[in-house]
Amino acid sequence: MTISNSRPITPELIASHGLKADEYQRILDLIGREPTFTELGIFSAMWNEHCSYKSSKKWLRTLPTKGPRVVQGPGENAGVVDIDDGDVVVFKMESHNHPSYIEPYQGAATGVGGILRDVFTMGARPIAAMNALRFGAPDHPKTKHLVSGVVAGVGGYGNSFGVPTVGGEVEFDERYNGNILVNAFAAGLAKADGIFLSEAKGVGLPVVYLGAKTGRDGVGGATMASAEFDESIEEKRPTVQVGDPFTEKCLLEACLELMQTGAVIAIQDMGAAGLTCSAVEMGAKGGLGIELLLDTVPVREDRMTAYEMMLSESQERMLMVLEPSKEEVAKAIFVKWGLDFAIVGKTTDDLRFRVIHQGEEVANLPIKELGDEAPEYDRPWVEPARRAALPASEVKAPVDYNDALIKLVGSPNQSSRRWVYEQYDTFIQGNSLQHPGGDAGVVRVEGHATKALAFSSDVTPRYVEADPFEGGKQAVAECWRNITATGAEPLAATDNLNFGNPEKPEIMGQLVGAIKGIGEACKALDFPIVSGNVSLYNETNGVAILPTPTIAGVGLLPDWSKMAKIGTANDGDKLIMIGVDGSHLGSSIYLRDILGSTEGPAPEVDLTAERRHGDFVRSAIRNGQVTACHDISSGGLALALAEMAMSSGKGLNVSLKDSRGLPHALLFGEDQARYVLAVPADLANFLQANAEGAGIPFRALGTVGGDAFIIDDLVNLPVADLGTAHEGWFPDFMNA
Amino acid sequence: MKSAVVQLPGLNRDRDMIAALTKISGHEPVTIWQTETEIADDIDLIVIPGGFSYGDYLRCGAIAARMPVMQAIREKAEKGVKVLGVCNGFQILVEAQLLPGALMRNSSLLFVSKEVKLEIVNADTDFTRTYEQGQVIRCPVAHHDGNYFADAETLKSLEGNGQVIFKYAEGTNPNGSLNDIAGIINARGNVLGMMPHPENLIEHAHGGKDGRGIFASALDVIAA
Repeated sequence: MTISNSRPITPELIASHGLKADEYQRILDLIGREPTFTELGIFSAMWNEHCSYKSSKKWLRTLPTKGPRVVQGPGENAGVVDIDDGDVVVFKMESHNHPSYIEPYQGAATGVGGILRDVFTMGARPIAAMNALRFGAPDHPKTKHLVSGVVAGVGGYGNSFGVPTVGGEVEFDERYNGNILVNAFAAGLAKADGIFLSEAKGVGLPVVYLGAKTGRDGVGGATMASAEFDESIEEKRPTVQVGDPFTEKCLLEACLELMQTGAVIAIQDMGAAGLTCSAVEMGAKGGLGIELLLDTVPVREDRMTAYEMMLSESQERMLMVLEPSKEEVAKAIFVKWGLDFAIVGKTTDDLRFRVIHQGEEVANLPIKELGDEAPEYDRPWVEPARRAALPASEVKAPVDYNDALIKLVGSPNQSSRRWVYEQYDTFIQGNSLQHPGGDAGVVRVEGHATKALAFSSDVTPRYVEADPFEGGKQAVAECWRNITATGAEPLAATDNLNFGNPEKPEIMGQLVGAIKGIGEACKALDFPIVSGNVSLYNETNGVAILPTPTIAGVGLLPDWSKMAKIGTANDGDKLIMIGVDGSHLGSSIYLRDILGSTEGPAPEVDLTAERRHGDFVRSAIRNGQVTACHDISSGGLALALAEMAMSSGKGLNVSLKDSRGLPHALLFGEDQARYVLAVPADLANFLQANAEGAGIPFRALGTVGGDAFIIDDLVNLPVADLGTAHEGWFPDFMNA
Repeated sequence: MKSAVVQLPGLNRDRDMIAALTKISGHEPVTIWQTETEIADDIDLIVIPGGFSYGDYLRCGAIAARMPVMQAIREKAEKGVKVLGVCNGFQILVEAQLLPGALMRNSSLLFVSKEVKLEIVNADTDFTRTYEQGQVIRCPVAHHDGNYFADAETLKSLEGNGQVIFKYAEGTNPNGSLNDIAGIINARGNVLGMMPHPENLIEHAHGGKDGRGIFASALDVIAA
């Protein structure tokens, strides 16, 4: 079927492009005439929420994005951070939520493909990936199918491309029944003087199309990802792209080879809104116009219209401005890798975005205004109601602590994720120092004797729901804490903000509160946001997801031989808690998974304490005083100790007799800024004296050893039993 | 001893393999591209590393087995040059019929990436002589199609001739392979295929050096 470019522009057609009446009026005012059908598609692609950030831009501007190590902040394909010696780490996280719900395997696979491309477009070789996944309730009829498809898709793409998946999150909650979250993170290594940007330079230079051919897949994907779901969801399947990791791997090698030759002036991957977005961005950033000749675009289907070519989201494609004298060199490299290489246009000096197809000019738009004049909203929002305090004395203690702990370690959300991460290649590249299952993934920096990078991805959506501001702070703090727990210095982060419909003031209130909290924590912890992505309209039939601002961070270990892990304690080591005694049970895992309640406020994050405790722990690790380290987060001290015991296979004997407070609050309280350290017995007094001298709260907990997990007369369990419960849930669920 | 690593589009453990060979022998291996039809005479060991050659589309290793470079490798193998295929490399050697049997989809139908135990079933080969007979080593696996199958007669002859070199030990068979087979050698003893990745367990940073012996044996250097 051929769709004519002269198709009449009706109100229905405008609405089906996700454009509101006032937004359409803005288009008319801007160009002074009715847009052609192709132009309408281009506006829809540029002005949807996914590409324009029109609801979030005002608030995103408030985030701290600069720092002494920040080489490139938000606005490029990925953020760039200095890691000394002329090396930089390039990273970003991005969502592929809507497509993954419609078609889990391809949705997740292309999410991974997209983020990898963002990283290597900048000249970096990807060295690590993570995935933060959130699914509906385990007993929801679609959940198992979605878990199985998404995990296979993430693995299928990342494994074939050849990047180790070193961490991530997998959680279940009924609030994701209609909208799952697939947030993909990738990081790459480059040299500081070898970074490539998307800003076009020079008039009359060739615009080159690289990679795979253009098909009809994914037409309108970005617009789809900016809308709520309803019963018609099955009809959206054609908007999901299909991934080809083999082509992407070849594209990686070809691009890195090409970048070595000095042929690349500017480069931009074709992600959301494909050819449209990449061409407009390159031109607008460089203050140049772009002219595209669609008859030269490599296509894999017959009779594709200009509209389809401009809006296709076919994967594994790049657009580049080429140094003309290097054309033959460039072409040879792409031919060697079996990829398409076509000159599809040129840069111009008239600041117009012109698209020509079969001799007809199908679009002629002002290039700067396409991006800059996108609508921006200051959407109304309401401050969420403060929840009343929930003292531990009003929360029931468990009838049997053994049963409660077994239940927690074997619960859907706290059980082992082994079933998931054993489908991801974590060994490839031979640099993985910490695989999934610990606090953070750690990868050594190739070519350097001692340097390594730590990666963690975190957010506690139930806290954000209870208190967006504190929840936003906590997401940043937990990420910073997990990186610190390896001994690494947290450098910078990327945010992936997943929320419901921002046109609802209470949802907008969540977004605003969370961004304010993230900003405050990032400032206090010197942990700037260097890249990110916003995914709104995660709603089905009016029910929104839990607010989920995922934070993924990167830390630097100058010497990985001094790194800490969670499961490396030795018999006889002393266990020391850094931070205050547990007291906060509001919005806790204990409350939710043992008592079945989601009430109470989120724990408050004291950012000064967070920083001081973290700095103390990092310095103890780097001084070789710590044999194992774990942060205390969901599930409190009891779960942190259980995870350390299960990971090492060693028992422990802990007493809280000197602590003040109710036992269930001491064990399950989710107070922040806390860690458990295992310390050789002969260093324990020294470390405690140091903590005391520095004014860091700490508590001697007990000793590592034996086969039993013992806490006073409350808990006494064989470590093997904890392990069985912990490892059992996921495979049992998937194989049932 | 001089080694070479084959590079085909879609292979992705070539860099791991080059690093391992360089670290163990002190010499960087040469690389051989898919279109090359001549392999230098001074090459003593040709390694086909892991990955997803040609996307593993059609069938794992099937397209690679029919590329020009494979004819050159076949000729070298016939002359007695050592050839080691790891993971996708093993699948390619099987597809090229340099080794018998087939590698089917894992019995779980899932990709599996984990550490397993390997028994050195035959330590009297050019690839295993730095190990003890019956020694059990640690080794990572990462594959979707490692489920070794051969008909009863082939299996009997492989076992009888000492051509089964590695077996998954201590109940760690990750893929349903017949007789727990993880690696086999040809009758002449110069072409070895194995699913696990010894190149990812050769140094302190990997958490162990158990995989080193395979390269040390094949390159005739002292295992450290």
